[in-house]
This record gives sequence, C-alpha cells and structure tokens, in this order.
Amino acid sequence: MTVAAPAPRATDDLAIRVCGIHKSFGDTVVLAGVDLEVEHGETLVILGGSGSGKSTLLRCMIGLEKPDQGTVHIQGTDIFAASESRLVRLRQRLGMAFQSSALFGSMTLGQNVDLPLSEFTELPESTREIIVDIKLALVGLEGAVDRLPAQLSGGMKKRAAFARAMALDPDILFCDEPSAGLDPVTAAGLDRLLLQLKSVFGITMVVVTHELASAFAIADRLALIHKGRVLITDTPDKVRACTDPIVRQFLDREPEEIEDSHERFRQFMLDEDEPGESGDG
Amino acid sequence: MFADALGRTGALLLDRLAETGRLWSLALIAGRQTLVGPFRGTPVRVGEACRQVIRSGNQSLPLVSLIAALIGGILALQSAYQLRQLGAENLVADLVAISVTRELAPLMTAILVAGRAGSAIAAELGTMKVSEEIDALTVIGVDPISYLVVPRILGLLIAVPCLTLFADLIAVVGGLLVGVLVLDIGIGTYMADTVASLVMEDLWGGVLKAFVFGGIIGLVACQQGLSTRGGAQAVGRSTTTTVVRSIVLIIAADLFVTALLYVRNA
Repeated sequence: MTVAAPAPRATDDLAIRVCGIHKSFGDTVVLAGVDLEVEHGETLVILGGSGSGKSTLLRCMIGLEKPDQGTVHIQGTDIFAASESRLVRLRQRLGMAFQSSALFGSMTLGQNVDLPLSEFTELPESTREIIVDIKLALVGLEGAVDRLPAQLSGGMKKRAAFARAMALDPDILFCDEPSAGLDPVTAAGLDRLLLQLKSVFGITMVVVTHELASAFAIADRLALIHKGRVLITDTPDKVRACTDPIVRQFLDREPEEIEDSHERFRQFMLDEDEPGESGDG
Repeated sequence: MFADALGRTGALLLDRLAETGRLWSLALIAGRQTLVGPFRGTPVRVGEACRQVIRSGNQSLPLVSLIAALIGGILALQSAYQLRQLGAENLVADLVAISVTRELAPLMTAILVAGRAGSAIAAELGTMKVSEEIDALTVIGVDPISYLVVPRILGLLIAVPCLTLFADLIAVVGGLLVGVLVLDIGIGTYMADTVASLVMEDLWGGVLKAFVFGGIIGLVACQQGLSTRGGAQAVGRSTTTTVVRSIVLIIAADLFVTALLYVRNA
C-alpha cells in the first residue's frame, strides 16, 4: 500500500525531494523508483529490513552514490546536476552521522570536530577550540577532546560522530543506523539526543534504521522501504494502524515463511545426499 | 579449453587496461588539483605534503642506507673480480659510481620505498575507505583527492629523489670501504677516481628517474587504497597489489627513461 502523495509541492519549499530514484549494482536492483519528500524541520525515519535498500537510498540522498535514474533536490538544489563549488557550499549545511561513526582514526575527537570548522571558516583557533568544546558537551562528551576514537566505546563514538556532524550547525542531519549495535540504554540515550538536537536547533533529520523502538520514538513521519520501493510514508500512528501485510509483518516482527524455509532445507539435504548415493551405486 | 584460456586472458587484459585507465584518471585529477586547484580556492596542502616527505623518508631511510651500503660493497667486489682479469682494477671506483648513480640507487630506493611507504599509504587509505572515513570527508565537503592524495604523491615526488641522492652517497661509501679494506685501493685514489668519473648528468639522470618512480609509487598506492572494497582482507590485498604493481611499473618506466636519456646522450 502506498499512500498517495498530496498535491505536488515546489522543490524550493521542501528540505529534500527525492524523485524516481533507481539504483542497481550489477544485476541486483536495490532501489526501484523511490519518491520521498522531507519538510523543513521534520524528522523522517526510513525503516526497512536488511538489504531493503535503505542505506543505499540514504547514500543517494547525500550524494555518495549516483542513482541510475531520478533526482535528489536538497533545499532546491539538484545535487547530481550542481557544480562542484555549489555542492561544496551545500554540503556545509548538511551533517551526516555514519553507521560506523567514521571518525578519523588518526585524529583526536577535538581534531575530528574541528576539521569542518578549520576547512570552511575563518575563525581563529581559540574560537574554534571553544566551539569544539561546546559541540562535545552537547553530546555529553565534555573532557574527551584529546581522546582518540580507538579509546572510545561504541556509544561514545556515535555521540562523537553527531558532534562532528553538528560542527557547522547544519540545516539537515542524516543518520545511518544511529542505534545499531548498541545496548538498549545507550540506544535510548541516542534517541533522546536526537530529539534534543531537533527541539533546540530545529534541524531537519533523515534517519535510517531498522530499530522499531527508536524509529517510533523520534519520527515525525516514517517511510517503510521494502525491496527497493517505499511501501508507506506516514505518521507513526498511521503506520502503526496500517493493515498492509508486509508492513504488518515488519512491525509485528514476524519471521519470513518458516514452512518454506523448512522445505528448502529438506530439499537442500536431499540434493546433498544424491551424488553420494549415485557414487555408491 | 583453448577458448576458455583465451577468454580468461582477454578478461585479464581488459581488467589491466581498466586498472591503467583508473591510474591515469587519478593522475589527471591529482595533477589538475595541484596545478589548477590553487586558482579555484583549494590550495595545495604544503604542510601536509612536508609531513608526508618526512614520514616517507623516515620510514625508508634506515633500510635504504643499509641496502645502499651493501650494494656499493657488492658492486665493488663483483666488478673487481671481472676487471682484475683485464688488469683494470683501477676502474672499480668509476664502475661503482656510475652504475650506482645512473641505475642502481634510483631503482633500489624506489623498490624499497614501494615496500615501506607505498604499502603504508595503501593500507592507510584502504582502512579509511572501508571504515567510511573517505565518505565522511566527501560529506563534510572536503575533496579526498586534494586532502589525501595530492600531499602523498607530492611527498613521494620529493622524498624518493632525496633518498636516491642519499643512497648514491652511501653506496659510494660502501664501495670505498670494500675498495680500501679488501681490494687495497688507496682511499685518496678511490675518491679521486669517483669524482673524476662522475658527471652531473649521471646524478641528474638518476634524480629524474627517482622523480618518475616516486610519482608511480604515490599514484599506485593512492589508487589501490581508494579502490579498496570490503574489510581487512581487502586492505591486505590492496597493500600487496601496491607493492607488486609499483615494482613492475618502476622497472618498465626505468627502461623507458633510460632509453630517453641514452637517446639524448647518444
């Protein structure tokens, strides 16, 4: 079930507009025509199972992966048609927290957060140091400025990645699986951090996750992606009430076709036995 | 059977051609960033390039010194063995100096740098690639080519010629030690012969070769590092490929540059 989009909006009115994105790797179709719109100041959570194409969609949205077809407009700029200099200026208004945190391993946390500031501002070093301290305090990592990423726990790395993503006070924050691999308490802490960032700074957020609890806790709208297509885009309450069988299967955490799996396993074992039997004969 | 072998050879050839294309493409992009970048607001990171010179130099200097001294000594012994039969032992110093400066020092230094600094660059960039650090740079708006690749290539373009000049000196000293201590050549005679036999063109020819080899190592290492896909195993593969491919290209380029210098001097 795909909820019909309301009347088309002007691209400039939206924070992000994704139109007809197709992406394949070899023969594998990962995205098969994705359309999404993100309003200014809203948090859109992209939900989906493993291999559903949600991370590829996020990479297309931020310009790390060029789609085979379709367009992505961020704040009215077509990111795959824009000039390099325009793209660099646009990127300064975006932040991204990677699934693996992607902190620069050879730099301290302070240097990681300082990198966007030293690259794109004319601020003196003393001012940048103050900003770095503020950003680290924002994510609860005050006093960790001289620590290396290797000395941090998984949750602290994620927080540090948020601090770096927030360094230039971005308009839009992209997060890839922010709570993946974390214990429930740390994951809930990150959810709260995202909500705080949104309430304090009014940032537009696009969060990719497969964690249902996190998704419902932070989303203004949810988009459920399955086999490269968006099944539904709506508010958490409406998604929860959706009766589409695939949506229900995902939300109710029902495993895939157990009987078929058993049958496939039985068939596999039979196939394995056959060469031995013929060999004996 | 024959068709299979032909198909595999063709696929390998296409793969190598594509690889060469990617190498040239990186060379063009890095060259454009170095030459045009400063006029478009992305200046060359001179500080980082200097750090790379020091890093590559420090990594390779002890090994280059040791091998250069040994090669100088070996060359003196081998040439003395041959020259004695012709009664021309007085040419040992000339032979050592010329073969070291024109050929052995640049070649040997480049091979050692490929093994030490080239592999280290490939491993570093490969690890950054698989841990999404390169993507993070791109998203921040920092061009990975100008931030990572250009300083590393510039670093090697400077470090390899400097190491080669140093290797020239150490190899001559190695030859001198063997000449004086084993072959009973007077120290003054050996030094005078060395100075008399060397012309500036020998030295500059070697430096030119080292410059080309430095570029090759930097390009191959950066290209392999940035094209790493997968996990730790892929990083190991990129590192090994960097060393093997650099050595093959260095030797091929050596023939090319030697031929150019020979034709020019003929």
